[in-house]
Amino acid sequence: MALDTGGADAARRWIEMAAPAHPSLIDQGHVLDELFGIVNVPSGVWIDEAGMIVRPPEPAFPGPPVFADMPVPEGLPPVLAETLAEAQKIKIEPERYVAALRSWVATGAHALSADEVVARSAPRSVAEAEAAASFELGQHLHRAGEVAAAQRWFRQAHRLAPDNWTYRRQAWSMVDRNQGRTDVYEGSWLDDVRAIGAENYYAPLDL
Amino acid sequence: MILSAPAVDPAELEARTGWSVKPQGACKGDVCVPLPAGPLTASVLSERLGMPLLHDEEHGLWALGPETGLTGRALTTAEAPDLVLPTADGEPFALRSLRGSKVLLVAWASW
Repeated sequence: MALDTGGADAARRWIEMAAPAHPSLIDQGHVLDELFGIVNVPSGVWIDEAGMIVRPPEPAFPGPPVFADMPVPEGLPPVLAETLAEAQKIKIEPERYVAALRSWVATGAHALSADEVVARSAPRSVAEAEAAASFELGQHLHRAGEVAAAQRWFRQAHRLAPDNWTYRRQAWSMVDRNQGRTDVYEGSWLDDVRAIGAENYYAPLDL
Repeated sequence: MILSAPAVDPAELEARTGWSVKPQGACKGDVCVPLPAGPLTASVLSERLGMPLLHDEEHGLWALGPETGLTGRALTTAEAPDLVLPTADGEPFALRSLRGSKVLLVAWASW
């Protein structure tokens, strides 16, 4: 499910390149963020045969990301070289995740109780709920072409939910595809990842 | 949930938030919260379910945020919502259609 304010136009080329055998859906309104408590991508949710969530959102890399061992291309602008270097410090455990997933499919291992699923889902304070409403207003106005008004609501969402990378990265990418520093938003991907430490970018897997 | 008037359509509420209006109140999974008699409005839902209600006066819009104060977490229940989203070709796809199979739902983005 692609969380993309840009809708199918933004996601289609990646879906076509992957040519998946499974359904591939478009979440233009970031509904999943709110319904499941997704705060970064990629995130995986496990749902059993009866429609019960048995693992809430957690980092879900199917394999090592392409940037993991990528040498810095010659001539890359310094800010992008720094971004790549920072991304390579992010702790990702695709092998553990995929092994656990296969184990769940085969034996049901790693499924959590309903109470634990709820308890492990993202915190939802009043401020975080207001951030969700602010982000939705921002998206609605952005799609209506009211860019300045949308940016005001996006900035409010960022202030209210500073741990939500989805809200920040989506809004940043509308101004600068590399999610770098701009006059529109506080912070940038590189600055904000450095501020928290790349090793904390994703919550550790608790399998 | 974006609104252009204070009244809330129950079907739209359920599709967007997973809360369905039943005789016992607003329900999600096995959680039900009583609602007062009368029309279903954004302010009633805001008060009963702890949903923040934001207003953009300039554009005549309201946004009703997700529920708070029930579990303190993003999930109120472990029951997966009846989500319907389009494919890249615009065809609606219901998550419920996968009942009977284990499902891995992966959220990704192009950005």
